[in-house]
Amino acid sequence: MEDKEYQEYVHAHAQKSNEFVTLLWAFCVGGLICCIGQAIGDLYKYLLSDWADDRIAMLTSMTLIFLGAFLTAIGVYDKIGIKAGGGSIVPITGFANSVVSPAMEFNKEGIVLGMMAKMFVIAGPIIVTGTVASVVFGIIYRIIEVAR
Amino acid sequence: MKVGKQTYLSDKDIYIASAYSLAGPYESKGAFREYFDTVMEDDEWKCKSHELTEIEMQRFTIAECLDRAKVNPMDCDLILGGDLLNQIVPTSFSARDFNTPFMGLYNACATFGEALAIGSSLVGGDFERVVCCTSSHYATAERQYRFPLELGTQPTPESQWTVTGCGAVMLSKKKCDAPKIKGFTVGEVIDFGLCDANNMGGAMAPAAAKTIVTHFKDTGRSPDYYDLIITGDLGRFGRDTLHYLCKKEGYNLDNLNDCGSMIYSEKQKAGQGGSGAGCCSLVFTSYIYKKMLEGSLKKVLFVPTGAMLSKDSALQGESIPGIAHAIVVEKE
Amino acid sequence: MSIFLDYLKAFAVGGLVCAIAQILINRTKMSSARILVLFLLIGIFLEGIGVFGYIQKFAGAGITVPITGFGSVLIKGAKEGAKIGLLEAVTYGFKNMAGGLTAAIFFGFFFALIFKSHSKKA
Repeated sequence: MEDKEYQEYVHAHAQKSNEFVTLLWAFCVGGLICCIGQAIGDLYKYLLSDWADDRIAMLTSMTLIFLGAFLTAIGVYDKIGIKAGGGSIVPITGFANSVVSPAMEFNKEGIVLGMMAKMFVIAGPIIVTGTVASVVFGIIYRIIEVAR
Repeated sequence: MKVGKQTYLSDKDIYIASAYSLAGPYESKGAFREYFDTVMEDDEWKCKSHELTEIEMQRFTIAECLDRAKVNPMDCDLILGGDLLNQIVPTSFSARDFNTPFMGLYNACATFGEALAIGSSLVGGDFERVVCCTSSHYATAERQYRFPLELGTQPTPESQWTVTGCGAVMLSKKKCDAPKIKGFTVGEVIDFGLCDANNMGGAMAPAAAKTIVTHFKDTGRSPDYYDLIITGDLGRFGRDTLHYLCKKEGYNLDNLNDCGSMIYSEKQKAGQGGSGAGCCSLVFTSYIYKKMLEGSLKKVLFVPTGAMLSKDSALQGESIPGIAHAIVVEKE
Repeated sequence: MSIFLDYLKAFAVGGLVCAIAQILINRTKMSSARILVLFLLIGIFLEGIGVFGYIQKFAGAGITVPITGFGSVLIKGAKEGAKIGLLEAVTYGFKNMAGGLTAAIFFGFFFALIFKSHSKKA
């Protein structure tokens, strides 16, 4: 049997995920997390009515990150993730999960070289992408600004 | 005695004098729960890290296996073993507790087959007693090959669950009422260019098919010579693929099954089944060994399978080569 | 009634973003790091072409809670800084990201000191 032929056989016969069920879970859990975010934002708007919108937004995302980190720490977030998939990865709580979980995992190799060094094995690409993009866009916007 | 291309049949008596199985908490709820010698109530076993747990599992299983055969570790000629971690740490570190010569092996999940093949050749030669032992642990394998435990990832439907467990056997020249290793076929590394690290059953099935077909060609036996042909950790999909591949070669394996796809019950959500170096050793030392002692299984072709990948090789876009060794175990 | 509608819109749009991610996971077997990077880039792109604000006006938290919101905040910072000077243009994006990043790093450190990771029991 040729390599290609076998690869096609495996591709055709391997078990596929039940797309509808996984999508439904991702949709519901993702939507729910967004609603919680909306509620937290509304609550802060009510309590801190003199704050500017961007400060409220920052505080809201920090709160969500706290919640994601806490649920990861007590071992709940990975269980949500098994069912929810994309629904718990894409929200900002998933970013918190991807920072906290390696920190907890590699704690055994010591605080400095284990936990601190390996905290970003998963979230590192996000920070790098964000920083590079903001520098590139900043320069472009500055050029436009000066050209005006 | 070499038969055919890569099969060796022995006319000497190499007994599997004793066997011991240690199963993790999740495995102990599976299909073979009444066959395990010891069951771990949790997967930490009062150790500080999961790596230390795996070391302790190996040490415990080897000690109990020797104890069952009433052999002092000092009188054992060699410990042969392996596991899935970098530099096979659990095996090497557990061996420091015994004053016994030691050799570490690595063939991924097929290490137990490799150990039985080498061990039986040595006992067929000048060695008196050789212990073969392999283990795997879900948490250590997950950290080494996949993601941190608490990361919220979704297992794909073709993925397998690493078995937490350890199995050890002692091979001996001394006559006893126990199954014998009658020969083995050493497998080649086969790569059909599959790159999905989640679908290891698909990657290993061609290697198992090659080894099994070579074994039948070399020995001239047909599949019905054996009561049971059992592969290591192909999982349900890999087993069905192996069946299909062998059928294409003209061998209809009706008595084929797979340790990985049998070890968990249907209710447990383990994807395609179990995997890991401890999967086949655990099933062999519990279910298969006890069935052979009882006499309900007489001739078994035991084919541990392994997928030779590392996290880095997968990231570098390398495909996953597979390997399988076939061991002939018979009880008179 | 309008509050209920706000939450419904946040639920629907947020759910939709996650469902798109799930389709990618099912079809391409992307790992979570790649998914997060991709959606961050989508957020950056939407803010860059100026569409993000309109979606946000409609969906509220439905688009800001997913990592796309992080991307938008970055580019907003860059836009703001560009009005002041080159140095501000390249650093204000990171400044806007600082809140989330600080929270993630601090809580990561804090929780990792206290809690231990455990095996999954599926």
